Amino acid sequence: MKKLLAPLAAPLLLLAAILIINAIFWPSFFSIRWFEGHLVGSLVDVANRSAPVMILAAGMVLVIATGGVDLSVGAVMAIAGSVSAFVIAGAEEKTGTPPATLKALGAGLFSGLLGGSLNGFLVSIVKIQPIIATLLLMVAGRGIAQLISDGQIITFQDPAFAAIGSGSKFLLPNPVWIALGIVLIVSLVTRRTSFGLFLESVGANSIASRLSGINVKAVTTLAYIVSGFCAALAGIVMTADIKAADANNLGLYYELDAILAVALGGTSLNGGKFSVAGAVLGALLMQTLTTTVTSWGIDRSVTLILKAVLVVAVCILQSPAIRDKWAARKAEATA
Amino acid sequence: MKNWRTNIATYSPAFVLLVLYIVFGFMFKGFFEPRVGFNIIKDNAFLGVTAIGLTFVILTGGIDLSVGSVVGFSGIYLAWLIAAHSIHPALAILIVLLTGVLIGAAQGFLIAKFDIAPFLVTLGGLFFARGLALTISTESIQIEHPWFKEIGLFSFKLFSGASLSTGSIVFIMLAIATGLILKFTLFGRTVYAIGGNRDSANLMGLEVRRTTIGVYAISGLTAAIGGILFSLYTLSGNAVAATGLELDAIAATVIGGTLLSGGYGSIAGTIVGVMILGTIQTAITFQGTLSSWWTKIFIGALLLTFILLQKAVGRIDRSSEAH
Repeated sequence: MKKLLAPLAAPLLLLAAILIINAIFWPSFFSIRWFEGHLVGSLVDVANRSAPVMILAAGMVLVIATGGVDLSVGAVMAIAGSVSAFVIAGAEEKTGTPPATLKALGAGLFSGLLGGSLNGFLVSIVKIQPIIATLLLMVAGRGIAQLISDGQIITFQDPAFAAIGSGSKFLLPNPVWIALGIVLIVSLVTRRTSFGLFLESVGANSIASRLSGINVKAVTTLAYIVSGFCAALAGIVMTADIKAADANNLGLYYELDAILAVALGGTSLNGGKFSVAGAVLGALLMQTLTTTVTSWGIDRSVTLILKAVLVVAVCILQSPAIRDKWAARKAEATA
Repeated sequence: MKNWRTNIATYSPAFVLLVLYIVFGFMFKGFFEPRVGFNIIKDNAFLGVTAIGLTFVILTGGIDLSVGSVVGFSGIYLAWLIAAHSIHPALAILIVLLTGVLIGAAQGFLIAKFDIAPFLVTLGGLFFARGLALTISTESIQIEHPWFKEIGLFSFKLFSGASLSTGSIVFIMLAIATGLILKFTLFGRTVYAIGGNRDSANLMGLEVRRTTIGVYAISGLTAAIGGILFSLYTLSGNAVAATGLELDAIAATVIGGTLLSGGYGSIAGTIVGVMILGTIQTAITFQGTLSSWWTKIFIGALLLTFILLQKAVGRIDRSSEAH
């Protein structure tokens, strides 16, 4: 248990600190009410708002485990959102049958799989550095999304599709359930099968992994495909929430939030080790911070500055220079 | 030592620019007019200047994601200093330049001292600078100062309608100066050495840490210059200006033949890269019916083509792919 929690110590402490500050200065933060068959309150709101980043982070963490990074998730969100909205809006004009909802969902998710496959192909087969390979889709992807939506904001009314992002079931908002589901699946697949081990192995040393018989190309490609899928899902959730897809702004800068969530959760960006739970915690931490700051009436811009301080602080804590210092101190204490 | 593979990698961007220019010239009436070509320089001066600084960083094998935000911040900071504090533009420009250097150097320090991934530190810088910019003002600020306006509207007439703006002149001068620095100074050669192999550079006794801080300081400086040029161009400051500019700057650098793994590339290449982006954008404007998002798709496709080309002609990634 101690081993399991150790990498999560820093984000857990930070989260606890913010919650304690809230408990003192803003007790209503913790109040949860019963409203029309589901729970409402700031905590529920935090969970709901952090759902897209949680979904993204669940995929991103696998890519980062292989020592890569996926910059294209924001653009993939825009593509998937636009594709889904395009399909559903087109269907509405005709009839409005339930299969249309599934078709829209399927088309959106498929576009994510496609984007992820492209990234995986470029990284593992063509052997382009991950930052550049995914930069391609990041640049071109938003253009493609605008092409699909013809530069317009696509709106739709289909209630079944909108429910993906805005409804509630069993007390909690649907996006929270979707995020929990994805996180659970990714955790199970990486911890109960050898896939997680392979990911860490590839991230730690891809040559040694290949020599020991791991199909490095397949493992890497799969990580990017999962990331693409998660990005598409996050994009669909956000599109469904507002019943509109804005190719210009949907998912803008979300790649940075997702990477930050993963880094906050104690996953090394050099690959080789990862924590899905940490990434979820990171996403929650950021949203708690944002909600807290905005509820105090402080401007959005301050949130950006706080995020910057967070990134740098986490990086310094994770940096080799500091780690060596701590290790030396520990050794001294035990000697 | 220079074989044909290297030659292809070095000259293909210029060749592509030439081909694009000629093809567009025959496609669109009036594209060949000198005015159009010089306007590409004028319209992209701030991007070009920013990309020049970024090239230094990328040559060391690093990356600077903060440049777009620093451009936005510098613009609004300058406008705020002049409009809200009635500081003389010349002094305000100096303050903004120093601030840019400071932001860059601080990032460089964190990267060099703590050995943190540049990607993450400058991601922090991206948030930080944009946050600062929005804290100053979320509204656009006009700059009415006559001295500043005169510089902003200055235009050096050349021939048949072609002219150079203040931005174009700064861009060209800076390109020449930085090109010389990279080629002939110890600092410049150290930049290449770090990108080639950081450990070797260190073992050779080169000032790796100081140079690393230096390249990020330069990137901060050029981003600040970019912000000032943007303000001169629009005669105002806007906190959300140049959002995503870092991507264009990276794209321009890569299209210009500089390797993102570091150690290989040039300022001349980056200039060509910027001009390629500018030419495509202008062509899309000339075409009239194609929407602006085609620019992004074209840039993406071009980026892919160049990366694949670099891969195909080899040389380059051999060092990082020793296996």
